[in-house]
Amino acid sequence: MYRYDEFDHAFVSARVDQFKDQVERRLAGELTEDQFRPLRLMNGVYLQLHAYMLRVAIPYGTLSSRQMRKLAHIARHYDRGYGHFTTRQNLQYNWPALKDMPKVLDELASVEMHALQTSGNCIRNVTADHFAGAAADEVADPRPYAEILRQWSSMHPEFSYLPRKFKIAVTGAERDRAAIQVHDIGLHLKKNEAGDLGFAVYVGGGQGRTPMVAKKIRDFLPVEDLLTYTTAIMRVYNLNGRRDNKYKARIKILVHETGTEELTRQVETEWQVLKDSDLKLPQQDVDAIDSYFRAPNLPQRPEGWSGLAAARKADHAFATWVDQNVTPHKNPDYGVVTISLKPIGGIPGDATDAQMDLVADIAEKFSQDEIRVSHEQNLVLPHVAIADLRIVYDLLLTDGLATANAGLITDIIACPGLDYCALANARSIPVAQRISERFGQPDRQADIGELKIKISGCINACGHHHVGHIGILGVEKKGEELYQISLGGSGDEICTIGDITGRGFSSEEIVDAVETIVDRYLEIRTDKEETFLAAYRRVGAAPFKDALYSEAANAA
Amino acid sequence: MSVKVLTANRLTDGEAVWLGANGEWLEQIDGALIARHAEAVTALEEAGKAAIKSNLVIDVNVIDVEERGTNLYPLRLRERIRQLGPTIRLDLGKQAEKPKASAA
Repeated sequence: MYRYDEFDHAFVSARVDQFKDQVERRLAGELTEDQFRPLRLMNGVYLQLHAYMLRVAIPYGTLSSRQMRKLAHIARHYDRGYGHFTTRQNLQYNWPALKDMPKVLDELASVEMHALQTSGNCIRNVTADHFAGAAADEVADPRPYAEILRQWSSMHPEFSYLPRKFKIAVTGAERDRAAIQVHDIGLHLKKNEAGDLGFAVYVGGGQGRTPMVAKKIRDFLPVEDLLTYTTAIMRVYNLNGRRDNKYKARIKILVHETGTEELTRQVETEWQVLKDSDLKLPQQDVDAIDSYFRAPNLPQRPEGWSGLAAARKADHAFATWVDQNVTPHKNPDYGVVTISLKPIGGIPGDATDAQMDLVADIAEKFSQDEIRVSHEQNLVLPHVAIADLRIVYDLLLTDGLATANAGLITDIIACPGLDYCALANARSIPVAQRISERFGQPDRQADIGELKIKISGCINACGHHHVGHIGILGVEKKGEELYQISLGGSGDEICTIGDITGRGFSSEEIVDAVETIVDRYLEIRTDKEETFLAAYRRVGAAPFKDALYSEAANAA
Repeated sequence: MSVKVLTANRLTDGEAVWLGANGEWLEQIDGALIARHAEAVTALEEAGKAAIKSNLVIDVNVIDVEERGTNLYPLRLRERIRQLGPTIRLDLGKQAEKPKASAA
């Protein structure tokens, strides 16, 4: 894992001191709210419905046990005993007092964490594949490059007041688990025919009120050009991005209005000026960062496989969990464990302080002291020996963390929605809970197979509904919550924006509507191997619309 | 008939508060100063501006409520959730301190 150097420590510490002074001046009335608001947002402090909210950055979703314990400590002492893991691989506290914020930031700094650039029109927390450095299908670990981007973009003087917020995601495998094509810049780390590392560069993806799939503007960018090329993109955006209309200010609109070809030309022209500048990455600098992310020295544990077979045979629930929540690791004696934060009927992404401490303890003993946060609002233990799976499962079971539903219909993404968020128009979490309860029976979930439901409580799409296989958007209509359904979205390497089915459904109707869609899928799939998304791509929206809106459906 | 009250969040901790008839900011909507006509609404708005200036509260808004017996019932779900707390965590927020009907 990356460790702060002296510069990082001094930088974060100075920012904490600066914010402490700003909070004191605000509480003393020396700063007005208009003056203070942009300052607090720069430090991750929002105002929600019930209290302030602090959004803590978890760069590329990687945490140590020590850091997780600190997050638990903050939840216990400064909040209400829990935190909410988000679709941006961040953690949000829903109840901290303004007067406590400097102390919380001090606590975070003591474990090399902060809340910088989790808000504002700057380059936000850089996200990455949550299986980075562990997955069997990975070409190279994307995190060193995410870290280089983090260092370069932190307090970047030229890019701190962009037309709008800016999100970068990096993946290092063909299977895109970081949803890079719905980011402002998506980087796919890969090797060319000569075996050199570089990036396919995607620009102009995003969700929100105008969802767009990013356009690939370069198939292979050598890694040494990461910062020169990214700077070129940022300069074109910073200069030409719209500042007259907040809703048209993201780079996706610039790409759309300019045209991919012309925008690419502008970026390449800018890059010619920059490509041999000081921003060209020296190999020794890349190597230095890379050394922090070297694969852990995993001892051989071949005994795991025979023990696993016996344990699976003895316990069906354990076998189901292994099948659903354990992903192949680079080292065949190991697995990547997804800890579901989606208990049946629970709140997606929420973890108590005790659960965070438990995960930290397990990671320390059984996963090389490493934890990941996924954009799907789960936690990940990246390096667990197959031989230790049973004991890890038993430990997770002690505090409700062994739900065997990764990738299934109850593994739902949901934004905080109107239960907390000042921007929301409708609630998301209760809808997720009711869907989870409706489909929570293990055999039913297993029969339905892979199906990603994503729910947002407003058009800003924090719940990624546009790329849900079934997406649900909550709106307010005549004072009531109304839920619009979209189908066929996908945030992976074959990225698509979902199609809206038609009129929305009331809060009472929405779970039945989802069940109608699922039942129709089960009727039309060619066999159990054909996933919901594959079936939708084969038949299109018509059979589902028919099921939802036909006279018979309406009469029922 | 809908009437109006003034709501905000307290500066120090973000707690949802309502302007009381006694001029204090209350942690519960009960006892909020009710505006029944245009002049009274203007007075509420002026009180809100003054409260922002004196750095007591932020995010001040005039909201629609209905008088139901002795209770005030905010017309928007958003405001009912602010009044009580998250509908998915009845152990949190004002509802945990003073049990009442759910917001939804």
